Amino acid sequence: MEQLKTIGRELAMGSQGGFGQSKEFLDLVKSIGEARSKAEEDRIVLSEIDILKRRLLEPDVPKRKMKEYIIRLVYIEMLGHDASFGYIHAVKMTHDDNLLLKRTGYLAVTLFLNEDHDLIILIVNTIQKDLRSDNYLVVCAALNAICRLINEETIPAVLPQVVDLLNHQKEAVRKKAIMALHRFHRKSPSSVSHLISNFRKRLCDNDPGVMGATLCPLFDLISEDVTSYKDLVSSFVSILKQVTERRLPKSYDYHQMPAPFIQIKLLKIMALLGSGDKSASEIMYMVLGDLFRKCDSSTNIGNAILYECIRCISCIIPNPKLLEAAADAISKFLKSDSHNLKYMGIDGLGRLIKISPDIAEQHQLAVIDCLEDPDDTLKRKTFELLYKMTKSSNVEVIVDRMIDYMISINDNHYKTEIASRCVELAEQFAPSNQWFIQIMNKVFEHAGDLVNIKVAHNLMRLIAEGFGEDDDDADSKLRLSAVESYLQIISEPKLPSLFLQVISWVLGEYGTADGKYSASYISGKLCDVADAYSSDETVKGYAVSALMKIYAFEIASGRKVDVLPECQSLIEELLASHSTDLQQRAYELQALLALDARAVESIIPLDASCEDIEVDKDLSFLNGYIQQAIESGAQPYISERERSGMFETTDYHSQDHHEVPSHALRFEAYELPKPSGPPQASTELVPVPEPSYYSEPHQPVSTSLVSERESTEIKLRLDGVKQKWGRPSYQSTTSASSTPQQAANGTTTHSDGGGGGAGSSSSKPRSSYESKKPEIDPEKQRLAASLFGGSSSSRTDRKSSSGGHKPGKGTASKPATIPKENPIPVQPPPDLLDFGEPTATTVTSTDPFKELEGLLDSSSQDGGSTDVMGLYSDAAPVTTSTSVDSLLSELSDSSKGNARTYQSQASKGPNSKEALEKDALVRQMGVNPTSQNPTLFKDLLG
Amino acid sequence: MIRFILLQNRQGKTRLAKYYVPLEESEKHKVEYEVHRLVVNRDSKFTNFVEFRTHKVIYRRYAGLFFSVCVDITDNELAYLESIHLFVEILDHFFSNVCELDLVFNFHKVYLILDEFILAGELQETSKRAIIERMSELEKLD
Repeated sequence: MEQLKTIGRELAMGSQGGFGQSKEFLDLVKSIGEARSKAEEDRIVLSEIDILKRRLLEPDVPKRKMKEYIIRLVYIEMLGHDASFGYIHAVKMTHDDNLLLKRTGYLAVTLFLNEDHDLIILIVNTIQKDLRSDNYLVVCAALNAICRLINEETIPAVLPQVVDLLNHQKEAVRKKAIMALHRFHRKSPSSVSHLISNFRKRLCDNDPGVMGATLCPLFDLISEDVTSYKDLVSSFVSILKQVTERRLPKSYDYHQMPAPFIQIKLLKIMALLGSGDKSASEIMYMVLGDLFRKCDSSTNIGNAILYECIRCISCIIPNPKLLEAAADAISKFLKSDSHNLKYMGIDGLGRLIKISPDIAEQHQLAVIDCLEDPDDTLKRKTFELLYKMTKSSNVEVIVDRMIDYMISINDNHYKTEIASRCVELAEQFAPSNQWFIQIMNKVFEHAGDLVNIKVAHNLMRLIAEGFGEDDDDADSKLRLSAVESYLQIISEPKLPSLFLQVISWVLGEYGTADGKYSASYISGKLCDVADAYSSDETVKGYAVSALMKIYAFEIASGRKVDVLPECQSLIEELLASHSTDLQQRAYELQALLALDARAVESIIPLDASCEDIEVDKDLSFLNGYIQQAIESGAQPYISERERSGMFETTDYHSQDHHEVPSHALRFEAYELPKPSGPPQASTELVPVPEPSYYSEPHQPVSTSLVSERESTEIKLRLDGVKQKWGRPSYQSTTSASSTPQQAANGTTTHSDGGGGGAGSSSSKPRSSYESKKPEIDPEKQRLAASLFGGSSSSRTDRKSSSGGHKPGKGTASKPATIPKENPIPVQPPPDLLDFGEPTATTVTSTDPFKELEGLLDSSSQDGGSTDVMGLYSDAAPVTTSTSVDSLLSELSDSSKGNARTYQSQASKGPNSKEALEKDALVRQMGVNPTSQNPTLFKDLLG
Repeated sequence: MIRFILLQNRQGKTRLAKYYVPLEESEKHKVEYEVHRLVVNRDSKFTNFVEFRTHKVIYRRYAGLFFSVCVDITDNELAYLESIHLFVEILDHFFSNVCELDLVFNFHKVYLILDEFILAGELQETSKRAIIERMSELEKLD
């Protein structure tokens, strides 16, 4: 521990000998730090760019200077300015023999260049050379660059070497090689599909870091194809077990949890493997139960693991005891004061609720608190939960809440989402038609521009057809209520266009149907709409059609039509409209007014809108005519596709995709020559794939790109050359790219067998929760009751039953009861990691990690070090005097370790002196915190 | 998977930006601006998570610096929150009592540390000791 501190201090001192940079650079950073406005900053940067442009062109720039220039370029780019004039120098620097310069070069290119940049070609060669270097630090630098810069086209150039590096003697190299392969797999799954077995092998690596890194690609692979990895279930479980038994080196501990990040990755993988698989799930039960008991719920990281356990349990075949443990963990989350934990609790609740629907009931008040929380993130998570637990009994309350929230927010993305959820829930669970129409009105009124047009069509269809039951009376009531509500809304200003279309359509169809409103009243309203929204042609079109219908119904029923003067002027205006659509509608309306009743009735029959919607897409009504024509000697129709390519289409798939169409260019790169640099000038001509940033499942996108490009791209005609350069192996790899991929992302849950844990998990509300109850706002309670449908009588039932259950719960929490299924510790299945002998006595002597631990002074001291680090978060309340508490307040979610804080302060003692020195040094250099940035000197960790 | 990591001060000045997905330069600026706006005014009692387009940003504030990580919607929020802290602990160790100024002047070293911690958008090494040892090997060359 002390030793480590000393190393750290030495490092720090070394790095701060004037920060190792020239005065010029320090001045630059300083002046930018003190710039008072963005304009001033820009001015400074632009002059710096000028200086660098000149300097870079000078002959014989010393290498050390060049290194600094490159770093200054990085800085400029970080400030948001273009430094592309210097990219080539960064590329050159990667060629340097000096490792330090090389690393700087690689760092700069990984920050400057995207994987499709033209300059990448110049780096590939260097990377190939560096991957063969004897110095493992060089190899590491190259591998870092590979992870950022290599694209689909260049993967084959480095692949063989990266694969070789998987067996490198240095664990750091193996780890980075794994990550590079993982990257390749994400970029282009087909390129590494034949190498997947390597990932399995590296899972058994001696070094826990390599093993941990291997879990990343394995997670991806397993989420694509679960079945091929079922054999690894017991290995993963045994690794997790060994991790929880603290068999990994202490240095992987974080806040006293053993290798928590590895645990979480393992749990994610187990959730995939156990989903819908009973035998796999059963293997996992014991270790999951252990985790629930061992996890320290007073630290964030402990809760992170607990949360991952909950996710895992909600994915695998449910087990009643585990569900109970998960429910307990969730209720702890929800009762916590930390918003983060509440959020995790709400999320966990949303996952478990599919398996045991009753679980939410005991947390109703906590859920409502979260719903009313000012924190939007928490609120949205809670809405997500409500969405999942909506049923016909609580739909009204939930949708009302959602709409209130929808009205209150401005974020269009989320508004759209919540609007579509409202519509979905309303369509699914609507208790009555009136309610449904009201809800839809609200959705349209407040988010009309954001909802899908289909929603509007659905609503119109619903009003036209009713809810399906053959009750004309109910239908006409529904229509009347719709018409009434629209007549109320219509005069409000600035309604969304889509909503006005619906209103116009409904008023046209049913405005006068009931006889309650006169034709002139309705047509007047429609004219108002057309006037008020005169810039919206679609709305105008709907309004004119509606007018036409109203007059048609009047004429058909034999009444005399009085066209209002404003209608008349509207029609006249539209007759001269620039929009042909509006013009035509106006002419049609004018023509219709002149027809007699019989003709009008057959043009626009009453209430027949839905019949019109059906379209005979197959044109089957022409069948007779066609038959006749063929009989009289006409040729049968052949579709265009068949006509143009009978031969190509018949065995299209078996044909080589690379078959070169005539008169076409082929842009693909030639085969990448093995060791020396390829002349890859052609890369720049290859269409660049869209940045796949926002496409959620990565692999499917890139695969489709692969195949798409091969089939559609214009290709260079190389018939004569092909034998020489063509790659037979390439074809086989492309065909592999079409392997089916599943988009299982860990959220799939298994629904069968859900009843198992339902009863037991909901049967024990906490006593503290009970005691709080009387103080609760009655309004909240009412809301809770309407949301969760929990009548007060059922709640009292629960209370009494919880009393009865208490002793039972006491025993359940004893460690001995949970692993009942497996009372004797099973022999670990084939000890995959070779972490130790199965026999307990020899564990210490044979554990390979012990050798690593030998690097530490002693394990106990090391424990101390992690202990102290763990306290950074706990120290907040006491360090008030040092005036950094406010900065740390968000860290202090678990401020119980007051007793230990003195220790932590003591340990920070020498460091704070150091910090003062540092402070003095930079002040000497003239850097002072300004009002803009008063915290420049403050320790980040306090 | 991690999409990007940003270190920004309260004024929104970027102290470090590492992208693990290819983004246009203009898009990067937009992202940095939006993320800063999202996190800077949040109440300290609020969750450390914010939705960001189709992903989510996990952020944590240390003194005047915001560390923001953009991850997939299905990722474990608390785990990434703690990985930020682990990163800061590593920085604290390396610079001994790290402050914003260390990061300003040594941003290139921060990038190197980050490369030992996260690679290709995933946590590659979670042992503080392993990372510190690697860095000290590199520092020896300096």
